[in-house]
Amino acid sequence: MPLRLLKYAFSKEHPDPAFFTQPDSLKHSYDAVIIGGGGHGLAAAYYLAKDHGITNVAVLEKGYLGGGNTGRNTTIVRSNYLTPEGVKFYDTSVRLFQELSEDLNLNLFYSTRGHFTLAHTESAMRTMRWRAEVNKHVGVESYVVGPDDILKACPQIDISCGGNAPILGALYHAPGSIARHDAVAWGYARGAYQRGVDIFQSTEVWDIKTSGGKVVGLNTSRGFIATNKVLSAVAGFTPRITDMLGIRTPIVIQPLQACVTEPMKPWLDTILVSGSLHVYVSQSSRGELVMGASLDPYELHSTRSTLDFVEGLSGHILDMFPFLSNVKVVRQWAGMADMTPDFAPIMGKTPIEGFYLDAGWGTWGFKATPVSGKTMAETIAKDQAPELIHSFRLSRFEDYELTGEKGAASVGH
Amino acid sequence: MKILHCPINGPRPISEFIFGGEYRTMPDPDTCSDKDWADYVHNRSGGPGVKKEWWYHAPSGTWIIAERDTGSDQVMATYLPNSITKEATHE
Repeated sequence: MPLRLLKYAFSKEHPDPAFFTQPDSLKHSYDAVIIGGGGHGLAAAYYLAKDHGITNVAVLEKGYLGGGNTGRNTTIVRSNYLTPEGVKFYDTSVRLFQELSEDLNLNLFYSTRGHFTLAHTESAMRTMRWRAEVNKHVGVESYVVGPDDILKACPQIDISCGGNAPILGALYHAPGSIARHDAVAWGYARGAYQRGVDIFQSTEVWDIKTSGGKVVGLNTSRGFIATNKVLSAVAGFTPRITDMLGIRTPIVIQPLQACVTEPMKPWLDTILVSGSLHVYVSQSSRGELVMGASLDPYELHSTRSTLDFVEGLSGHILDMFPFLSNVKVVRQWAGMADMTPDFAPIMGKTPIEGFYLDAGWGTWGFKATPVSGKTMAETIAKDQAPELIHSFRLSRFEDYELTGEKGAASVGH
Repeated sequence: MKILHCPINGPRPISEFIFGGEYRTMPDPDTCSDKDWADYVHNRSGGPGVKKEWWYHAPSGTWIIAERDTGSDQVMATYLPNSITKEATHE
């Protein structure tokens, strides 16, 4: 190795660009504390500082930034939902995503691919037509296409799926995209840090203290923090946090698994989803096929992987693309999905004053990272949830006013 | 967990079973408040821990109760539901 290169590596003149520096210790009090250093929590911190000028904020992360579901999803961004409330909400997110690389001054590899939700049955076609109409009504570009259009976008697909489940058509969603998920978390972290937010990794919350129904502080592995506002943005760990406060929710944790293949030359331009075959697949900028399936079939607080998953998924992928039979799966992993009965999130205020929830993100959280950060920041700053997330409030389960989004879940869970 | 012990059929692969959710006691719909009823309909104990759960052995059509740790996925016991449903009706 040339000596010059070694000298360059050891010199202090060109240090590694650090995204943020962790302070040595917690302050005694913060205006707001965010539990969870994933995309959602960091986005909330970023928009609290940027939109509302609240910078005396701490983000506490038990592990490392973006190590939970932010780094475990299949990075699909879309807004082709079923309810007008859902479509409006996710459309706001897609628009924020489109500007986000510029906003955060970081290349998120945001890539608009077009998104096909394949229908193999008449009843699936009916749901696609329904979703297309709701989407069009709200101004989102989605429409129903036939097998020819699918073949034009993806000539490699076996349209009969091995004769088992012939594709009748699809819901095409033009703005469907993928992005580099770690970069989203890191970009928000840097933006928040530059505006004065303190970020602590390896910091666990043990207990949330209340007095007279109001939040007064938290006990953490780094000591006590006095604060009147706490946001929980912890996805699969939500029940452990709400149990600290005795808040009841419908959330049940089930693992969701995903995997990637070895890298290939680019051949798959679009994002393909099949509800009947329980598959979603896209090709990453590295050339790997990123694939996921439906939830594991029972409650479990663990991120273990199973052979059942990869076996089942491979079988279905081969129905669609028989030529992939020699391609190897190189990694598989799982995340803990916080599922709600109506497949919509739980966002906003709770019965405890000063405790805010950003939860119930199940299998649909990554795409909502920017909009959930923005709306939760507003909720914390004004102590009132904006109209955009009214349908996602926790009290909807008491009012029987559910927001049924199951028909828009990527695969039939 | 890859094998679940069915009290009727013995140890069977988990793929033969369907998860039926947590075992819960229904409040009396005639006397409980709307709030309590909504809580019963929607809310669950979501945290990890040992829970009583409904499981259905599909090939034999048998509903059983499993006591399982949802954190470690270890099953402590499985039995037929009549023992606890009897208790519940006496309450």
